[in-house]
Amino acid sequence: MEINHEAILTQFPDLEWEEDTQSLIVPPEKAVEVVTWLKEHPEMRLDFLSCVSGVDYPAKEVKTKARNEEGKMEITVTQHPEKMEVVYHFYSMEKKIGPLVLKQRVMSRENSTVTSLTPIYRGADLMEREVFDLFGINFTDHPDLRRILMWDNFEHHPMRKDYTPPNDYDYEPTPHDDVIERAQEREKEREGQEA
Amino acid sequence: MSFTQEEEIDLSPESTAKAGVILSSLDWIYNWSQSNSVWPLQFGLACCAIEMIGTAGSRHDIARFGAEVFRPSPRQSDLMLVSGTVTKKMAPQVVRIYNQMPEPKYVIAMGACAISGGPFKQGYNVLKGIDRYIPVDVYLPGCPPRPEALLHALMTLQKKIKNQKTLGKNITNPAYKEGRRIYPVPVLSGDDLDPPYNPEVWTPPAKNPNVEDGCE
Repeated sequence: MEINHEAILTQFPDLEWEEDTQSLIVPPEKAVEVVTWLKEHPEMRLDFLSCVSGVDYPAKEVKTKARNEEGKMEITVTQHPEKMEVVYHFYSMEKKIGPLVLKQRVMSRENSTVTSLTPIYRGADLMEREVFDLFGINFTDHPDLRRILMWDNFEHHPMRKDYTPPNDYDYEPTPHDDVIERAQEREKEREGQEA
Repeated sequence: MSFTQEEEIDLSPESTAKAGVILSSLDWIYNWSQSNSVWPLQFGLACCAIEMIGTAGSRHDIARFGAEVFRPSPRQSDLMLVSGTVTKKMAPQVVRIYNQMPEPKYVIAMGACAISGGPFKQGYNVLKGIDRYIPVDVYLPGCPPRPEALLHALMTLQKKIKNQKTLGKNITNPAYKEGRRIYPVPVLSGDDLDPPYNPEVWTPPAKNPNVEDGCE
């Protein structure tokens, strides 16, 4: 069953509801307040945090073609700023409603810090650690924020869009697509080492 | 019936067997007993381990081939079944377990992942084949291989064991050929394992095949 997001917006008028993604955008500093209300309000009772995900949006230009008023084709360029998101999916077991998609959004990729929801939902603990590990998003107030999947002295955050894994394409008997490119790069590297 | 010295004694295997005497080489006896009592190490890395468990179950019954005694300790096992994806984080532990096994020890790389990384080959966290750090005796392809295939891999290993030489000049039995094989454990550092492969065991070919135009 759908969640009545109008009720949430009435309670917190400065929050944003994103129609495209049907999600509630919450600034990190208000996250704890909003989520506590969602968990405890008798109409909501969102008692189950199903999923925590990270999303990385690098800055990009999007070109769209459309006819203008004179009937000519025109290309419009839209600039999408860089941003990082942590997406939470909430359900209510008691009310049998959900999901509510809640996003904590930060407009910076280098310095992305959001508020941890682990003090409210214990189930967020490992999932937030995974987001921290793979995306490099910091969570304030997380009780035990350290890497969970990669090893402790790993240097990067592998799910970021700009991460390139080390080139160990020494032996690719069946290369395809971009593997060919990387294998060729590696070939040149090895030739350079020998010379 | 009595024998006289003039009578020739028939030493063919058929007649000696009738008399209750078996003639054989020490190698044959050694290999026969060893190959029919392979004790695998009980550990699984991914979905291939489920097939390994199925092979040990009653339907496929690996006990028919004398390899049902899965040992929980590497100190008591002869065979390492690398069953599944070896992640870079797991690779040092796999090599360390291999080092702890006593000779003679054998390795079956089970499934596409253990052989080459398989479907995860280009992943940032997956080792491109366990043969980069430890010597592999039998490569078993499949994703995952069916229990029949695992049994065939075991039979292939048994064939290999039956052909090894313990005595004489060209010793091929790993327990007598050299000392216990211990390989350096790779270290996790930066964003890859150090070293990326053990040159003692595996080296990439001088030129990457099919690198010019791919294989499509």
